[in-house]
Amino acid sequence: MTLSALASDRRAVLLLGLLAVLVAAPLLGSGDYVLSILITILLQAYLGMAWNIMMGFAGQFSLGHALYVGLGAYAGGALFVHFGTPPLIGAIAGMTVSAMAGAVIGALGFRFKVTGVYFALLTIAFAEFTRILFDHWGWVNASSGLFLPVSNRASSDVWLLRGSATMFYYVILGMAVLAFLFSRSLLRRRIGYYWQAIREDQDAADALGIDVFRLKMIAVIVSAAMTSLGGLFIAFYNDNLYPESIFSMHRSIELMLGTIIGGIGTLFGPILGAAVLTVLGEGLTIAGNAIGIDGIKQIAYGVCLLAILILKPGGLWPWLRHRLGLDGGGR
Amino acid sequence: MDATFFLNVTSGGLLTGLVYGLMALGLSVIFGVMRVVNFAHGDMMVVAMYAAFLLFTKLGIEPVPALPLVAGILFVLGYLLQRFLINRFLGVSEHIQFLLLLAIAIILTNVMMMVFGPDARNIQLDASFESYTIGPLVLDKVRVIAAVAAGGVALLLGAFFRYTTTGTAIRACADNPVGARVVGLDVENLYAVTFGIGTACVGAAGCLLLLLVDVQPQLSSDYTLLGFIIVILGGLGSLGGALLGGILVGLSEALSGALIEPSLKSMFSFGLLILVLLLRPQGILGKTS
Repeated sequence: MTLSALASDRRAVLLLGLLAVLVAAPLLGSGDYVLSILITILLQAYLGMAWNIMMGFAGQFSLGHALYVGLGAYAGGALFVHFGTPPLIGAIAGMTVSAMAGAVIGALGFRFKVTGVYFALLTIAFAEFTRILFDHWGWVNASSGLFLPVSNRASSDVWLLRGSATMFYYVILGMAVLAFLFSRSLLRRRIGYYWQAIREDQDAADALGIDVFRLKMIAVIVSAAMTSLGGLFIAFYNDNLYPESIFSMHRSIELMLGTIIGGIGTLFGPILGAAVLTVLGEGLTIAGNAIGIDGIKQIAYGVCLLAILILKPGGLWPWLRHRLGLDGGGR
Repeated sequence: MDATFFLNVTSGGLLTGLVYGLMALGLSVIFGVMRVVNFAHGDMMVVAMYAAFLLFTKLGIEPVPALPLVAGILFVLGYLLQRFLINRFLGVSEHIQFLLLLAIAIILTNVMMMVFGPDARNIQLDASFESYTIGPLVLDKVRVIAAVAAGGVALLLGAFFRYTTTGTAIRACADNPVGARVVGLDVENLYAVTFGIGTACVGAAGCLLLLLVDVQPQLSSDYTLLGFIIVILGGLGSLGGALLGGILVGLSEALSGALIEPSLKSMFSFGLLILVLLLRPQGILGKTS
């Protein structure tokens, strides 16, 4: 047995072990608090994986992913509030709208050769523009916010996504697992290699005959559609939506923070980063409350990001993977 | 709507725009020389505003006399930041650099939030309630003072880059870092000075803006985006372009606020940004590279 096969075996065992623990978590009688933290981690990991497809795989820096979160959340939420549309249909609507928004931004940005930081600014501009638009759109209750009828936490209705925290937990766990498997299969296919070629050197990829424009468009569209599904989850989990918070630049930043800390472009990085950040944030919030100081969490996020950039610019996971002896080629 | 109202709104926007322009000037200087995109620009602006606020409330120094002091503090902050942190990140990929400044932004804003809380603070000067009347035109006294001071600082900066040895050396670094090193310039130090000058501009602009608006930590990212809109409009790296962009954004904010709806005013700015990014990414006064 080669070293790489051994490593991949150990990886599979570790991943399945982690999955088993996560599936069993609610059954082990973990309280509401632990469950809410796990939901936060999984949601953060899911959104991070979606962002990672665009930035980590294809190398296109988006700082406006809150746009797709918001579109997904509002599509699902508003359709549910106005027509009682089941979230599954709302999800299709949200993914379609987000994919279209991503296609417009991508087409404009890539056609007009808006690259790097300028492209990031373009994505922010679109997100902020849309935020203000929703702030004035009466059908979604403008800036006063959209409220979903509060769910009956005793009985669960997965079809309408109304129910207990445990139900939401399994929904987001399923989403995160699917996102992981999806990312993994993308990365191992031809398209994943094309994306990485573009990420490393777009001109070289172009010279090799890779259809750079089309592949970058696919990355944006896939990433946008995936992100919007996370937005829909946020809408139904929180029961309320405000343009101010759902479309905000801070959301775009928080969404990518976990992936950057875990390791951009890696498969497990977004999950590790989400766990590290959320646990750290929660711990510091509790500590901060105990000594009566607010806002430590955000400062710690900033310090974490700074520390990672200085010490391990590639993220925590590539380093940890090496320490655990898990890298036998591939990722 | 009558002409007088229109005239007053326009002149108000023009004057505020000069202060915006001074803020953006700092962003433009930093980008023009080091190619660093200062994503913490608005956060430094808020730091400067709070410094001016403290100087006024604790020591009774009004923002205009406090301007050299605040600009000096921000210069030191910027100098140290570039010297010990950002200089190490000059060769790395663009997005890592961007994230570094983002980390600094997050830390600055939230420290500010922790120290001063989320409430809006403002200062009241005697001049706050006075105005100049020229025919039908009514100009707030503080707005005129702020605009004149902003214009003055911008002129000083232009003179610095044109006539002093250090200014010339910095321009040399911007044009050709390798060549600058070859002729024996201390590029690292000049970069730090440049970043300091950039943040000093923000410091001056923060002092002056405190005369016009309330200060709040949450507004920092709005200022950062405002700065980007302005410099991209005028052309990143172009000093005159930053002032022109500032005036344009000041005007567009004032006009859309008065004619359509105040809360929609930044939507126009973002729309403008999208158009400029797509159609003329080098900005109005920027050179095509």
